[in-house]
Amino acid sequence: MTIYAAPGTPESLMTFKPRYENWIGGEWVAPVKGQYFENLSPVNGRPFTEVARGTAEDIELALDAAHKAAPAWGKTSTTERAAVLHKIADVIDANLEMLAVAESWDNGKPIREPLNADLPLAADHFRYFAAAIRAQEGHFAEMDGDMTAYHYKEPLGVVGQIIPWNFPILMAVWKLAPALAAGNAVVLKPAEQTPASILVLIELIGDILPPGVLNIVNGFGVEAGKPLASSPRIRKIAFTGETTTGRLILQYASANIIPATLELGGKSPNMFFEDVADRDDAYYDKAQEGFALFAFNQGEVCTSPSRALIQKSIYDSFLGDAVERTSRAIQGNPLDTATQVGAQASNDQLEKILSYIDIGQQEGAKLALGGERVDLGGDLSGGFYVQPTIFEGHNKMRLFQEEIFGPVVAVTSFDDYADGISIANDTLYGLGAGVWSRNGNIAYRAGRDLQAGRVWINNYHAYPAGAAFGGYKSSGIGRENSALALDHYQQTKNLLVSYSENALGFF
Amino acid sequence: MINASVVIPGETQPRLAMTAESIDLLRALWRTHGPLMFHQSGGCCDGSSPMCFAAGEFVTGASDVLLGVFDIAPEGQPEQPIEFWMSVEQFAYWSHTFLTVDVVKGRGSGFSLEAPEGVRFLIRSTLMETAEPFS
Repeated sequence: MTIYAAPGTPESLMTFKPRYENWIGGEWVAPVKGQYFENLSPVNGRPFTEVARGTAEDIELALDAAHKAAPAWGKTSTTERAAVLHKIADVIDANLEMLAVAESWDNGKPIREPLNADLPLAADHFRYFAAAIRAQEGHFAEMDGDMTAYHYKEPLGVVGQIIPWNFPILMAVWKLAPALAAGNAVVLKPAEQTPASILVLIELIGDILPPGVLNIVNGFGVEAGKPLASSPRIRKIAFTGETTTGRLILQYASANIIPATLELGGKSPNMFFEDVADRDDAYYDKAQEGFALFAFNQGEVCTSPSRALIQKSIYDSFLGDAVERTSRAIQGNPLDTATQVGAQASNDQLEKILSYIDIGQQEGAKLALGGERVDLGGDLSGGFYVQPTIFEGHNKMRLFQEEIFGPVVAVTSFDDYADGISIANDTLYGLGAGVWSRNGNIAYRAGRDLQAGRVWINNYHAYPAGAAFGGYKSSGIGRENSALALDHYQQTKNLLVSYSENALGFF
Repeated sequence: MINASVVIPGETQPRLAMTAESIDLLRALWRTHGPLMFHQSGGCCDGSSPMCFAAGEFVTGASDVLLGVFDIAPEGQPEQPIEFWMSVEQFAYWSHTFLTVDVVKGRGSGFSLEAPEGVRFLIRSTLMETAEPFS
């Protein structure tokens, strides 16, 4: 096991600059109003760098740079763009540990996650879309003997992207890779809780992209995000976040008549059918791990399996084993590779989680594990840590209906297949779901009956680049990952060509 | 602490309150931004947070319910009404809880007006005595 040194200490793999400006037109540009904000590390609650507090003026500068770059970038061959994306992926691979330290420090996540998931996936997403854009073909259709309809994919132009704070680099890459592959120029607004790690990445990859193709403006939502989302100078807006802001972004998009893709979270059911417990074997162990994954990334995942539905016949035994297993999760210094549960990303997130633990108890949910803030002592004392928490209750309780975005799972039982599906679908959201069964027929039917865009069957929390990701119901609009994501960053051009020498004869 | 007015037809008790800290913050935001409104969010990241906007910035419609109206004006001063909205579908799951708008240190995202101040509005919930949530 390794404990990485904190950024800025002598042995550390990386040091944040004391201050970061905006990245516009391929260079660092000071914010027009000259303002910066402190960025805190959730690991210890202390500030570690200052970041530009961008405003509408900075968004305009970034849009200027993007508009200047977009025409030429959009005309590059897919071979050239793919080569650029591959270079970016190679740089991520070559700097994996350093970037992981930055990501962990900015977000609070245990470093084994960026080392083994966030960053390898980020590199792979660039490679996936490098491949996808080269393999993409237009299509044509013969209308009749003399007329053919040709369909070409063209970039949209300049697009805006607003990134969440739970996977600061990976979520940026989910949006950037298809947008850049498709030939768009991007103005990207990171989350104000985690603005720094993406800037460490851009320092490494900035000179690979032509100036202005990728521009990053930091700042607060109302000051920088809103001018971007509402700008008539973007041809598309992509957002990951919550429902009220999602609706506001749709409102702005409607004013400009542009498309918006939205990923707005969920309250994902994780269903355990009774045959899971038929044998105490490797599969049972896997299912138990599938339950405990609610604490992955401190529960700060839009698809967190935060509602566990266990069939009544195995409820007590399965939950008993799951509580015991979860109680062994190692919470500690996020920079220690042995740590499984790190810090929540911000103080207000911590407060919100505690407010849900409070309402859960008021509603009569039974606390089976955790339920408290954790003081890890020493240097970590000021950090934002919450125990993995398991509640038993009823699906109508607010604990079961709202995305807490913390390491909190709400557990209930179901009688039979129909009851289970009914409870699982009794939610406003439909982003993720899990199905655990040794019976392929049950698993298949449940997968099809669950109203969610991603159903994991006999696994959970895998995010390969080739699998489409997006929501049903209030979880959003559009798909990320897979070649489908390209559609959201491309126009369709139809050339309708007549090969006839003769007049139509109408006039 | 103040309560919001009762606005849902047929109801007799307020559904909302606001802490003194929230009132102070909202008065400051009002001085900068003019009249204000809330819309309660759901979903991921900063979901479950009440979002504070300039009044009218967020377009409400038939899919929303007005839960109450606060008046943050000091005693004897002209009214400073702040509407508090939630989507109808979310209200179906929240209707049995009394909501208190509080403020904590932090840095919410979303487009809520208080974020640049280094604070975040937060909802604290208590069960309503008359509610029957799990019929």
